[in-house]
Amino acid sequence: MDEIVFVGLGLHDEMGISLRGLEEVKTADNVFIELYTSLLPNFSIERFEKISGKKLHVVSRRELEEENGEAILKAAETGKAVLLVPGDPLIATTHVALRIQAEKIGIKTRVVHGASILSAVIGLSGLHNYKFGKTVTIPLPSETPSETPYEVIAQNKRFGLHTLCLLDIKVDGNRYMKIREGLESLLKIEEKRRERIVTMDTLALGIARAGSSNPTVKAGFLKDLLTYDFGEPPHSIIFPGKLHFMEAEALIVLACAPENLRR
Amino acid sequence: MPKFRQTGDILKLMSSKEDIRNIGIIAHIDHGKTTMTDSLLAEAGLLSPKIAGEARALDYLEEEQKRGITIKTANISLLHEMGDRPYVINLIDTPGHVDFTGKVTRALRAIDGAVVVVDAVEEVMVQTETVTRQALEERVRPVLFINKVDRLIRELRLTPDEIQNKLVRIIRDFNNLIDIYGEPEFKEKWKVDPAKETVAFGSALHKWGFTLSMAQQKGIRFSDIVDAYAKDEYQDLPELLPLHTAILDMVVKNMPNPIEAQKYRITKVWKGEMDSEIGQAMLNCDDNGPTVMCITLAQMDPHAGLVATGRLFSGSMKEGGRVFLVNAKKGYRVQQVSMYMGAFREVVGEITGGNIAALLGLDLARAGETLIDVEHKDVMFPFERIKYVSEPVITIAIEPKHPRELPRLVDAMNRLSIEDPNLVTTVNKETGEYLLSGMGELHLEIAVKFLKDYGGGIEITTSRPIVVYRESVLGEGVVAMAKSPNKHSRFWVQIEPLEENVIKMIDKGDLAEEMGRKRMGNALKEAGWPTDEARNVWALEEHKNIIVDLTKGIQYLREARDMIISGFRWACGAGPLCEEPLRGLKVKLMDVKLHEDPVHRGPAQVMPAVRRAILGSFLTAKPVILEPVYKIGVSVPAQWVGESSSMITRKRGRILSSEQRGALTTVTGYIPVAETFGLSAEMRSATSGHAFWQCTFDHWEKAPENVTAEIIKQIRERRGLSSDVPSPRKFIDEA
Repeated sequence: MDEIVFVGLGLHDEMGISLRGLEEVKTADNVFIELYTSLLPNFSIERFEKISGKKLHVVSRRELEEENGEAILKAAETGKAVLLVPGDPLIATTHVALRIQAEKIGIKTRVVHGASILSAVIGLSGLHNYKFGKTVTIPLPSETPSETPYEVIAQNKRFGLHTLCLLDIKVDGNRYMKIREGLESLLKIEEKRRERIVTMDTLALGIARAGSSNPTVKAGFLKDLLTYDFGEPPHSIIFPGKLHFMEAEALIVLACAPENLRR
Repeated sequence: MPKFRQTGDILKLMSSKEDIRNIGIIAHIDHGKTTMTDSLLAEAGLLSPKIAGEARALDYLEEEQKRGITIKTANISLLHEMGDRPYVINLIDTPGHVDFTGKVTRALRAIDGAVVVVDAVEEVMVQTETVTRQALEERVRPVLFINKVDRLIRELRLTPDEIQNKLVRIIRDFNNLIDIYGEPEFKEKWKVDPAKETVAFGSALHKWGFTLSMAQQKGIRFSDIVDAYAKDEYQDLPELLPLHTAILDMVVKNMPNPIEAQKYRITKVWKGEMDSEIGQAMLNCDDNGPTVMCITLAQMDPHAGLVATGRLFSGSMKEGGRVFLVNAKKGYRVQQVSMYMGAFREVVGEITGGNIAALLGLDLARAGETLIDVEHKDVMFPFERIKYVSEPVITIAIEPKHPRELPRLVDAMNRLSIEDPNLVTTVNKETGEYLLSGMGELHLEIAVKFLKDYGGGIEITTSRPIVVYRESVLGEGVVAMAKSPNKHSRFWVQIEPLEENVIKMIDKGDLAEEMGRKRMGNALKEAGWPTDEARNVWALEEHKNIIVDLTKGIQYLREARDMIISGFRWACGAGPLCEEPLRGLKVKLMDVKLHEDPVHRGPAQVMPAVRRAILGSFLTAKPVILEPVYKIGVSVPAQWVGESSSMITRKRGRILSSEQRGALTTVTGYIPVAETFGLSAEMRSATSGHAFWQCTFDHWEKAPENVTAEIIKQIRERRGLSSDVPSPRKFIDEA
């Protein structure tokens, strides 16, 4: 059975994988795992190997991108290869390239889903899934600055839509962007553009460690969030658009938003 | 006269601009420039008159004294009295050997006039032409000093008629140079003429010299000088016809003061808006205007740190003044302001516009940098990058004999690369090789000597010199597409050769990024580019490559622009044939598709894709290797002309001209740099040591097909690359 099965690891630790996913791993000839597209704070390769009884080959960004996943494709030519990916496997933008390449050369592919950060943070926020606009990632300040996140928030706001901002990570450099850094980076763009999209009085929602047993969810104005301690990564930010009364209620009750949101 | 008082006197004078002259002395090697400079120095009270001619005060570096040639540019300020009126002469010394031509060019920005020294025996030589051309290109007015006239009398024993013919020929040849290289508005006025006191004759070694009017005034005829040598009474000549009087009078009478000079030179050396406050202040050399200085030299002083020397074009420079370096984008408080006296800096409180100043405390200052007072930092248009006539064409690998001395070698390399912008120092991270690239064998030899000294006497082993090549194309390549590593962005690029006239414009500084997009566009339109290409130039790369954006309405392209340019520069640094730099390419960005999210189209995604697209199109555009070619000039007695010429042609060179000048014939030609290693020894044996010869880098030329493959093979082997040149498929992706 020559195929690649993309298996989602879900969130937080090695317990996030689905039973179906675990079954795929146990019956695989080769098991690969990538850990650079997202952070699984409590995941242990050793523990996972013990649970699944399989040896994991960790693949780097270079192997998957520059070398076009050659090693995985090669393994799939003669047997079943599983690629373990944090979250839901094809939500990490990059892996669709591998899937397309595999199908093009006659290797079958299947997907076993996992819990995704997208549904997790939206769920924790209490906001309506129907009202989210485009999602955007805020790059680390060391990278070339981009004003795209600011533009995306502005665009969504114009239609009354919420914006989910993912925060950049650099696994090699052990850098995981914090909510405070993300907000500061947006404020810097505000300073330049002055369109009053992201100010100290803008309402936002910070979410940390979605999928773990102790997530932090806090809504408030930027001036409050900037000093709030969200604890360990991973972090995300949501900029709410127009609020439905149920959404406002959820923010106040579940995310300690100011009471006057009710009005 | 005590030096201290001298300094005070000069300082007072520095503020009266009509009495200032900023000049340089330029010459072919060994034509006696340094000897002459010392005679002038002696007059300023810095050296006792007896030592001048032997001590060579400006050659203060030990290395210069040992070799008897001048390497480092130094500056001095002299006081000269004509009539009863005192003048300040700011004198910049420049090196004479061609391998240091870049330094000559740098010094030229700071000066308004140049005394060109020509040896009466050898006459106008290859480098006389080079340096005179450079001076004229910077709008520096030349006057002529014909040196070593004593040798015509004593050694060659020429008759007065023969001497006169020789002098007339030198003046004619020199005026020819002005005719060829001078700008139309200046060249007639600037041609030299003994009757107009723009030519002086003399012997720097024996410290005498005269202009026609000076000789007439003193009632001295040429035959008197011949007699003096016949009777061995020439020691009296300096008294009668002091060299410094002849030269400095000539300078004061003919050279412009800064006010006059800046009126027409600023438009040449600065491309900013002349009507602006800064432009007006510089045109008028205004002490009360913004402080504007062009740094022409940066040297590391072991005690004081970096010393930045330059010409103050307007305003004044005070200790503690707040200044800003435009290219380095850094603000400073000036720690110390000084002027030059020979090898020494004299600390002064303040220097005013039109003068040469030395500043301490500006660690990032480099030759070519623009300095401005902080108030005007946002409106200052930088001086064009000082353009170097020569490019580094040969490289050696160096390493310390004892590995533990590596850190000292690296420090020394850093210091030397600050001081000598013509020297390129690189570290190959993969092979761990430390590389020095320079203009010629001598240049590198001297550089290594400096590294040894700067490193506190470390021992350095060097590899055999290797020639630097370029990769270029003859035709148009395909539109090549490459994907980013994550496959979510795509770039379409097409390569074609850059037009010869555009390369020349970049060479001359008529096309530079500092001009801004609009003015670059106008210049390129005039050069024949279609409007949509001319208007959309994104970047110019140092090896004469241009990237042009021909895309329309691509979302997020603005954010990817800098990364695309970085990818372009990366590609230009190492070509696909053998990783030599690319040269003379027009890179057209045809189309771009970008991923929506900023982190998925960061530099790590964009740069490699752009690079691959460029290299891919390059390989389909009839790629070639360009080799550096020297212009060679050989002066040799008639009986060896045949041997010298055939030696040049045997080494893949070609002869341009062969001209007889008195007893010597000057053979001029082109020769590939690769063929010149070991030329000294061969030339010596072929001509029994009678040939004097010199090479200057002239141009890049397509290497003949029969040697190209060998060059590529050797370089690939040296770099540890696979033996085959990659196919375009390695770089071009399928949709």
